[in-house]
Amino acid sequence: MTTSKFYNAIFAAGITLILACLMIGVKLDTSGTQLAIKGASAAQWTWIGGGIALVFLSQLFSGQIDSLFKSIPKPNITTMLPEEKKMATLKPWLIAGLIVIMVIWPFMVSRGSVDLATLTLIYIMLGLGLNIVVGLAGLLDLGFVAFYAVGAYTYALLSEYFGLSFWVCLPISAGAAALFGFVLGFPVLRLRGDYLAIVTLGFGEIIRILLNNWTNVTGGPSGISGIAKPTLFGLEFTRKAKGGEDAMTFHEYFNLDYSSSYKVIFLYLIAVLLVIFVIYLINRLMRMPIGRAWEALREDEIACRSLGLNKTAIKLSAFTIGASTAGFAGAFFSARQGFISPESFIFIESAIILAIVVLGGMGSQVGIILAAIIMTILPELAREFSEYRMLLFGLLMVLMMRWRPEGLIPMKRPQLELKQ
Amino acid sequence: MSEFSLYLLQQLINGLTIGSTYALIAIGYTMVYGIIGMINFAHGEIYMIGSYVTFIVIAGLVSMGMVSLPIILIIALVIAMFIASTYGWAVERVAYRPLRGSNRLIPLISAIGMSIFLQNSVGISQGFRDVALPPMISGGWAFGNPADFEVTVSYMQVVIFAVTFVTMTALTLFISKSRMGRACRACAEDLGMTNLLGINTNKVIALTFIIGAALAAIAGLLLGLYYGVVNPFVGFIAGLKAFTAAVLGGIGSIPGAVLGGLVLGVTEAMTAAFFPSEYKDVVAFGLLITILLFRPSGLLGKPEIEKV
Amino acid sequence: MSQLLLDVNGLTMRFGGLVAVNGVNLKVKNRQIVSVIGPNGAGKTTVFNCLSGFYIPTEGSVMLKNEQIAGLKDFHISRKGLVRTFQHVRLFQKMTVIENMLVAQHRHLNTNLISGLFKTPNYRRLERDAMNHAMHWLEEVDLLEFANREAGNLSYGQQRRLEIARCMVTQPELLMLDEPAAGLNPNETKELDELIIKLRDEHEISVLLIEHDMSLVMGISDHIYVIAQGTPLADGSPEEIKNNPDVIKAYLGEE
Repeated sequence: MTTSKFYNAIFAAGITLILACLMIGVKLDTSGTQLAIKGASAAQWTWIGGGIALVFLSQLFSGQIDSLFKSIPKPNITTMLPEEKKMATLKPWLIAGLIVIMVIWPFMVSRGSVDLATLTLIYIMLGLGLNIVVGLAGLLDLGFVAFYAVGAYTYALLSEYFGLSFWVCLPISAGAAALFGFVLGFPVLRLRGDYLAIVTLGFGEIIRILLNNWTNVTGGPSGISGIAKPTLFGLEFTRKAKGGEDAMTFHEYFNLDYSSSYKVIFLYLIAVLLVIFVIYLINRLMRMPIGRAWEALREDEIACRSLGLNKTAIKLSAFTIGASTAGFAGAFFSARQGFISPESFIFIESAIILAIVVLGGMGSQVGIILAAIIMTILPELAREFSEYRMLLFGLLMVLMMRWRPEGLIPMKRPQLELKQ
Repeated sequence: MSEFSLYLLQQLINGLTIGSTYALIAIGYTMVYGIIGMINFAHGEIYMIGSYVTFIVIAGLVSMGMVSLPIILIIALVIAMFIASTYGWAVERVAYRPLRGSNRLIPLISAIGMSIFLQNSVGISQGFRDVALPPMISGGWAFGNPADFEVTVSYMQVVIFAVTFVTMTALTLFISKSRMGRACRACAEDLGMTNLLGINTNKVIALTFIIGAALAAIAGLLLGLYYGVVNPFVGFIAGLKAFTAAVLGGIGSIPGAVLGGLVLGVTEAMTAAFFPSEYKDVVAFGLLITILLFRPSGLLGKPEIEKV
Repeated sequence: MSQLLLDVNGLTMRFGGLVAVNGVNLKVKNRQIVSVIGPNGAGKTTVFNCLSGFYIPTEGSVMLKNEQIAGLKDFHISRKGLVRTFQHVRLFQKMTVIENMLVAQHRHLNTNLISGLFKTPNYRRLERDAMNHAMHWLEEVDLLEFANREAGNLSYGQQRRLEIARCMVTQPELLMLDEPAAGLNPNETKELDELIIKLRDEHEISVLLIEHDMSLVMGISDHIYVIAQGTPLADGSPEEIKNNPDVIKAYLGEE
């Protein structure tokens, strides 16, 4: 038994050596006129050595390691919460308290933190939107970023060419994204799972390429800049009012000194408002026939058909509503940045949002919010490792699928009251 | 021949060249999909690694003073195939095999994670920028009227045609004549049944990944030499296009992958001839969507009947 | 003629060169239990698939209450009153029992988004009715206590019953059961027996079933059709079929 384990371990270590020797151990050197190679630094060889040793040992002691992991209880978050009835009365107070904290908090911390929180809220919105498509309806969408882009560019263009305000453009952007979702979804949603994934990925890329090349309208690679920020009943958050003679700025109206914090906090509060709206909306939808139909479709499409449900209509509704959420987020993103370009809408964004949904727990709103927070905040905390951010992200995806595919906080079924 | 038709002929030659490399990568996708029904999202990265290893070996051998080009290329090919196959095997073993049997989304996420991991590990080790290799094989034949339009067939293109032809022949012989090849075909037909018949399906699946990786490495070498440039992200677009080719030809069918690759290559070249070249990527995706809408089983595939 | 619930004539299904169903005829009257039997691979499930619209039949006519339904898609046909179960139970595994029952009533509910978001009286009334309806049927199949349990956590026999209850809640007129007794122990089979008869007698539907369990078939069928290799072999009352030499040969082979 131990000899075969030993050979296994040697084999695994050997494989690791082969994988690492050229790709990591040898570097291509482009400094000279000729392409040359040089060996990796001593530090890197130490890392490689350490990696090989780790693989060797983990294979050798794989049995012991497995039993060690099994003895650690899997955190079942739902058992840590008080029971259902108490939760029902507690919940409104918790939510109210949470909202109060979220509104007061930005006035007490640095501008950077508020900005980060706003970014997190955007990803929460995106994650919840994709959750409808992937988590609830079970449709593999790898091109969600396309709808995000549609929302962003719709606001940017409407603001630049027609001077429409942010608040007016918000529903329009959502509508535009929904329209794209409908047009794309119609031919494509009948495809089998994997194919749907690739086609939506392709569509995401097509949108990016079109945005990059349609320079007349979208500004091409340079994008659109100088996008107007949202106003509070017409009050601008700039140093000097830009809107013409009658325009007034926020700080002028309230007789305060100009501070860029006002703008940042205002944007944050808008994001909070939007997120609360989206959460409420999706919560309602999940408890309505359409939400149940989405989940039923994910569970067993054939059974749905045999019960009289129109699968095309149901898929389209999931796709369209999910897309409109992305459009919402896109418009806000546009307004917050002041500048957008196709670079912000690359495939990796779709992958990140998908990871948020899967790692949070498909269908679980709470899980996704948590995952979005972790995904956005963790890279900021580990700034020195920013180069390794995507590397760890990829590794995390592989590991999570292996060890906890149901996600951080798996979705819990609603317990319905049976009254006569 | 008129100038226009000479121009078209040039595009055709260019298209077939690129198309045969797409075919090499596409075979990897189609074999894996045919046997375990999943898209190996990380396959494009295997191709990219094959390119990188080629560059490293060539640079190393040249700096060591080796002069004979054929020997350099053969050594590079062997080493690239070896390392890429190891990567292919390792990816299957680590990221896919433990997840066999779960719903479709889970292995797909794992594959995407693997793809991102490989892109970035290469990027961190080798840098995220383009790495250029001076042209190794230059020159070619030209015919036509120099005043109007000359059709050139470069030696590099000839090498690509020759290598892909030899590779395809070898693969076809392997699949149809050898015992392992028969096992591959049996697994693609009915994995469960083949397992029950006593064939070690895990080994066959591993072999499928290895063969796919080796072919991708060959493509990596050929395209690396053809374009002279590589960066950690070339696998993404190449992979997407190769998958399009596989679907175009009929997923699961090796001749289909070849046909799909050639058709895609030629379509792209023709598009680039008449439209701005940035749009040629759009062609691949447009073709994919069209095929999936109107003939999802592909050119050479059989329509699948849903069973209840 | 006009009192036939289901009238099938010349039903044929071809897959490329393979003829899976060849000229099958079926007649089901109101409040009847009709069984379709035959050796394995005879094409019985394919017949079901053609009737329910999962496949579009190559040839033939299928009249449901004097309306031609051959060629319609499955979700259209089920809306007309023909529902079916499957050989392998197809429940919404991760959803609760009661959710399964509510989804089945989708088209009886108010699916308008605005009504749902604002919880209009009409919306609430339809939801309440659907809930009552669901609970009524869960009681009929003895599953009410499991209402909030995940469907996947039920025992096999309970899942089978849930599948039938889920069909019944759509208010069908013809219920097609594909091998409902498969995998059930003798006790459960007896309960299934009683349930099917109750459905016919108290709820006034007809049941068309595919079965291999001969005691079940002979015990409850009003009429039996025998199909072998996709072709009709015989039909008649249980007595007639039991003693039909062709049927015996088809099942047991030549002496």
